[in-house]
Amino acid sequence: MTDATKSLARLSSSNLELGAPDKTFLDTNELIINMGPQHPATHGVLRVILKLDGEKVLGTECVIGYLHRGVEKIAEHRTYAMFNPYVDRMDYVAAVSNGLGYCEAVEKLLNVEAPPRAKYIRVILTELNRLASHMLWLGTHALDIGAITPLFYTFRDREEILKIFEKYCGARLTTHAFRIGGCQYETYEGFERDVTKFVDFVKPKIDEYEELLTTNRIWVKRTKGVGVISDKDCIALGVTGPVLRASGVKWDLRKAQPYAAYSDFDFEIPTGQNGDTYDRYLVRMQEMRQSLRIIEQAVGKIPEGPIMAKVPKVLKPPVGEIYHSIEAPKGELGYFIVSDGSTQPYRVRVRPPSFVNLQALDMMVRGQLVADVIAVIGTLDIVLGEVDR
Amino acid sequence: MLDYITSYLKSDTTPGQAGNFLWAFIYILLIFLGLSVAVIAMNWLERKILAHMQVRLGPMRVGPHGLLQPIADALKLLIKEDIMPAEADPFVFWIAPLIVVITAFTVFIVVPFGPTHAVTDMNIGVLFMLGVSSLSVLGVVMAGWSSNSHYPLIGALRSSAQMVSYEIAMGLAVVSAVLMTSLNREGTGTLSMIGIVQAQQAQHIWFVFKFFPLGLMAFVIFAIAMVAETNRAPFDLPEAESELTAGFHTEYSGFRWSLFFLAEYSAMIAVSSIAVTLWLGGWMRPFPHWLSGETWDLMFSLIPGVTFILLAVIAFVGVIRMPKHPYFRVQTIGLAGFGAVLGLIGLLLFVPPVRDRIQDIFWFSAKVAGSMYMYIWYRGTFPRYRFDQLMKVGWKVLLPLGIGVLILTALVGIWL
Repeated sequence: MTDATKSLARLSSSNLELGAPDKTFLDTNELIINMGPQHPATHGVLRVILKLDGEKVLGTECVIGYLHRGVEKIAEHRTYAMFNPYVDRMDYVAAVSNGLGYCEAVEKLLNVEAPPRAKYIRVILTELNRLASHMLWLGTHALDIGAITPLFYTFRDREEILKIFEKYCGARLTTHAFRIGGCQYETYEGFERDVTKFVDFVKPKIDEYEELLTTNRIWVKRTKGVGVISDKDCIALGVTGPVLRASGVKWDLRKAQPYAAYSDFDFEIPTGQNGDTYDRYLVRMQEMRQSLRIIEQAVGKIPEGPIMAKVPKVLKPPVGEIYHSIEAPKGELGYFIVSDGSTQPYRVRVRPPSFVNLQALDMMVRGQLVADVIAVIGTLDIVLGEVDR
Repeated sequence: MLDYITSYLKSDTTPGQAGNFLWAFIYILLIFLGLSVAVIAMNWLERKILAHMQVRLGPMRVGPHGLLQPIADALKLLIKEDIMPAEADPFVFWIAPLIVVITAFTVFIVVPFGPTHAVTDMNIGVLFMLGVSSLSVLGVVMAGWSSNSHYPLIGALRSSAQMVSYEIAMGLAVVSAVLMTSLNREGTGTLSMIGIVQAQQAQHIWFVFKFFPLGLMAFVIFAIAMVAETNRAPFDLPEAESELTAGFHTEYSGFRWSLFFLAEYSAMIAVSSIAVTLWLGGWMRPFPHWLSGETWDLMFSLIPGVTFILLAVIAFVGVIRMPKHPYFRVQTIGLAGFGAVLGLIGLLLFVPPVRDRIQDIFWFSAKVAGSMYMYIWYRGTFPRYRFDQLMKVGWKVLLPLGIGVLILTALVGIWL
């Protein structure tokens, strides 16, 4: 036994209070396996220590922090506007949502409101980003379960979204699309046409993904009844987003406490009943369709007018604190900002959906098989940039 | 000496039966070379076909349309550092890939590419084939155990359980096909690979259509079991990339790893050849009785040549469509050369003596190629089974189904 394995074993035995393996006539030992931080299916640098009895999972322990960059601390040394690009680096597959949450939180603190045109542009870009995030989730999730083809289909279509972002603000991934008080950029010539074209393009593509997976017997077998979590457990753990909705709780911040211009649009909150991986898959697929619905409605009636509210050059919010949360693709993304009246925030605390949702992992995989751990990590849709910050 | 060489050419049995060691050795060499080329071609084809299923291009850089990519990969693997983990069991670690490769190649001794094109014809050919191919699980377990690492160990456990359970369903399906060979006047069945094809020839039907749907069901059981047997998607749990990084060969690299790769693909070809021999009429051309007669014989015997000419034409179309930039000059010449080689082979296949001797091999290979395409198609379509579900399919579905098909085949055989 090397030192590394010894320390691993010590760590696991001290921290995991686990039941004994099934008593068989063979006295089998438990196997402690270290999954990650370099592992093809942990979506970044998540490290999961698995305690196994054969293939059965007796318990897990997540080790996070491999991607910790101290984003919240950095905020304390930057002005409000300077910190804006940093939030894009948390959930980098849904950078626009992060920016929206931060900008709206600071706007609330400053007591300004973005003009309606800016709000509509924000909604369109955020929903496009939700689609992109869900597409990436679908591709990687299916890849983890062994279906390699959807990954390429989703990446092909996600590319179209990134092209729109690139045309709008020059960046594809970490867009920094919004500014405090509105949007910095006016929509480019043909933005509405591009978005409409994309919506028409992607609708049949979503059917295509569903055709590959929804009724695929192996897919259904691999996902139905896997990683079940009840609505009560979800609420107790603070789990939000599609995971919560798949357990049957109709909770979506876009409806519950509308922000941006979401109150203007007609859309539904898809929910599941069983809270298993298959329901979460269905919920997210439905969400993609609802996002398209919102985009379709929004793009037709973007109001004319300014795109920036009147905000001073130097942002000095009044002393106070604010908590503002939005419905990011992965769940409730909240920003808690304390202002001491200076140009820099006194404290910024982010409530990242991935971090909170990841807590449910142990509850969801206990007693299931190793392959289910992979499926559950995929279905939780975590981004380690956001978990570690 | 000359007599010794020509004696085989005049006989109409396999070199093994004729007792002609020289020709047996030549056949072994030819099969070894052909198999290596087939694995290389398969590697390229899998990547290309899978890529086109997934709206991408696949290898495009090394050679025209990436034709030289497998060779570049093989070279890379050969010159890579050969790493052996410090805590591995050196001898077992060393011998495991050898066992896998040797078993995968040994199977081909009895594969009949034609009535005379086999190294030898054993009277227990099917048994030999099943027995030897199931030995490869030993190599897999040894590889997993000797690596002294968790992931390979789990991969090896999975693979041994999987291979052992699917072997049974496979065996039952094979027995029902073997039963069908005994439906002649003498009532004598055969286990010889060549004998099985000859039985299909005598009964004027491929066994896959015999006692419809019994033959088909047996074939389907075998087709599922053979995918599981070779650890391919959707039964690729022993090397499930997203769960066990690479399964039992996680700790292998370089040449040793390439041996596993070689073994996997030759095993795929081997089980496909069993399926083709037992159910799809082996070397027989399609519709040998329905479309019989001189003209049809001639037309079918021209197909191999036409196929190669067609491939050559595709290559030349590629040459014409190549960009005219000087950067592509070497690639263009290479593709033209490749097309020329294909065309020459095609022309050679029109020569009557060659045509007659080669068309058995062509039809056999074409059927195996079809089966290999299915392998690629599965991989592009299906997610992976979970371990318990895999076992459930093996023991609760395929095994009872196999027994049922076997009993029904026997009953129908007695009544008719």
